[in-house]
Amino acid sequence: MRSLIRTLERATLRDIALVCLADALVGVSFGAISVSGGLPLWVPVAMSVLVFAGGAQFAAVGVVLSGGGALAAVVTALVLNARLLPFGFTVADALDGPRWRRLLGAQLLTDESTAFTLLESDPRRRRAAYWVSGLALFAIWNVAVVIGAAAGGLIGDTDALGLDAAFPAVLLALVLPALRDRRTRTAALAGAVVAVAATPYVPAGVPVLLALAGLLFAARPTGPAAPPPGAASEPVPGSGRSDRLAGEVRR
Amino acid sequence: MTLTAVLLLAAGTYAFRLAGPLLGGRITVSERLRHLLAVSAAVLLVALVATGALTQGHGFAGWARPAGVLVAGVLALRRAPFPLVVVAAAATTAVLRLCGVA
Repeated sequence: MRSLIRTLERATLRDIALVCLADALVGVSFGAISVSGGLPLWVPVAMSVLVFAGGAQFAAVGVVLSGGGALAAVVTALVLNARLLPFGFTVADALDGPRWRRLLGAQLLTDESTAFTLLESDPRRRRAAYWVSGLALFAIWNVAVVIGAAAGGLIGDTDALGLDAAFPAVLLALVLPALRDRRTRTAALAGAVVAVAATPYVPAGVPVLLALAGLLFAARPTGPAAPPPGAASEPVPGSGRSDRLAGEVRR
Repeated sequence: MTLTAVLLLAAGTYAFRLAGPLLGGRITVSERLRHLLAVSAAVLLVALVATGALTQGHGFAGWARPAGVLVAGVLALRRAPFPLVVVAAAATTAVLRLCGVA
């Protein structure tokens, strides 16, 4: 581990630490909201270790807390996490090695670890960036969620602290960079309108899935050679979080 | 949220993660699918933001929460550090509620 850390530049380590701090705040809110919303303590804690994907965890818990079924929660979260599939192919080289290492390392795959890996070109540094950011985030995320979950039982009313605004705020910050692409933006806005309009009439969790109807706007070709969003300049096309992180790291 | 649901979600997510590292260079994801998955994620995230900010159960969430999220959006557009965005959103909503805005 120490040699991995020494492989990375100071600036990279600082950026990893900053992202860890932000994610810790999000993790605390996640734990607190889950428990004060009425879920047993083990649910956010187990999810954080086993699922380890902030957006999907918030989405699933959000569906359940607003009265939706477990199936809708799982489907919503899985559709969100499908983006990890192409990420895995993108950073596969950083996980090269014995099979146990790949099996273990795969769990550390997130928007963040992908972004940090993509910023390096040297194979040794790519590997180091992946493992250092992945392990640090895994440790800090889970500790933060446990602290939040424990606090959630004491706070009682997380609404008074405005914690219910933290989750949509985080997601908005994550997704903004991806919305620079016009077709993505159109599809997303159309989907959001559908989701909000459907909320009074359908079971919880379903509105967000109905938003996928917005994809009809993205599929319509606008030109013969329209490149995917940010194909030239961004390391991970269209992934809000990674784009944003990459932007931050480059500054 | 049952244990089965958590395990199902965990297993599905892990499968997405593992495919790349395990199959490595033998398979490549087509640019078309990659693009579709990226846009799907953006569509879902924006829908989550909209419903999460505006709705509670089957109704309107009140003004305090969307106001906090709006502040976060403005700060994020101005490239404020991530921790600040989160704290500002929660603080705005909390202060509005303290002032009696639901």
